[in-house]
Amino acid sequence: MHIVYRDKEWFVDQELTVNQMLKYLKLLPENVLVVRNGQLIAEDQKLQPGDEVKIVSVISGG
Amino acid sequence: MRCRRCENPGAINMRQHKLSLCTEHFPEWFLEQTQRSIKKYRMFTHAERVLVAVSGGKDSLALWDVLLRLGYHADGVYIDLGIDRGSSYSARSKDKAAAFASQHPAARLTVVDIPQLYGESIPQVAQRRHRPQRPCSICGLIKRHEMNRVALEGGYDVLATGHNLDDEAATLFGNVLHWQVDYLRHQFPVLPADGQGLARKVKPFCRFYERETAAYTLIRGIDYIEDECPYAVGATSLAHKETLNRMEHDSPGAKMHFYTNFLKAKETGLFAAEETAPELHPCPQCGQPTSAPDLCNFCRLWERTLNAH
Repeated sequence: MHIVYRDKEWFVDQELTVNQMLKYLKLLPENVLVVRNGQLIAEDQKLQPGDEVKIVSVISGG
Repeated sequence: MRCRRCENPGAINMRQHKLSLCTEHFPEWFLEQTQRSIKKYRMFTHAERVLVAVSGGKDSLALWDVLLRLGYHADGVYIDLGIDRGSSYSARSKDKAAAFASQHPAARLTVVDIPQLYGESIPQVAQRRHRPQRPCSICGLIKRHEMNRVALEGGYDVLATGHNLDDEAATLFGNVLHWQVDYLRHQFPVLPADGQGLARKVKPFCRFYERETAAYTLIRGIDYIEDECPYAVGATSLAHKETLNRMEHDSPGAKMHFYTNFLKAKETGLFAAEETAPELHPCPQCGQPTSAPDLCNFCRLWERTLNAH
């Protein structure tokens, strides 16, 4: 799968859950949302090789 | 986690509510909850005209979308601050606001071009005032003044901003850390009109987590500017949000209880209104109320520039 977060990207070829991915990337689920193949998904959903994953930061302001 | 309303896979899990919803039912819930806040805090009615402060970001565009879907008369105001910093930030955010407006012919967008109106962009004013790296307080002053001006001149009953619970909790956290009692006294989802030139201000999203406003925007396919203002990097409010989210992660609902219990405490008399409110008078230049002895802070900001033109 191809994972994009801000200006970074990763390629992963194993199945894992959204929670596992966020833990690996040291991101809190409270700070982000995950979109898989254009669809918003919750943290317990599984990501498969071939998925296009975008992690969207939700924190804004100044 | 399955959607509580239909058993389809959940698109968002809100641990503080023990509630998971799918892409079909989350927007439905989001509208219901917004309407509930509007009613709970008596923000406005369907007979009133609402002006939404639109930045091109997720919260303000989501708010405009929700108010229109709920059948309110909601127009938008965008303040073009002239911020570029190598990323055309203002130009791109204005495009997002304009694109949204063009898809909603019943809603009108007013654009206030600060450099054109006053001769300087925010970075230029900040440079002149010797604050080139941190123009946020100047920017806030200008936005508040101009949003209020457009609301009054346009005859709007209320000015609505997209502040969410994370914004409010971070502000509260900062104010408590420094015991800014006067700021705590004025923090509430509704600030009433003062009858002397300050429009009523409301925050219909004050009970939503920032994650929920982002989810609504994504599910609805609203195109918003994802980038932060280039001057927001390192802002204290962002650090406060991160801190609160770490607490939220360990203890779901911590952020919500911190803010909503503050509101409840205020309603029962904590931080009651000061006995002698500062005396306000109309600024001799712009007419907006000010406690300053002569010109208001906004007009003093431009004094040299306007005199030079």
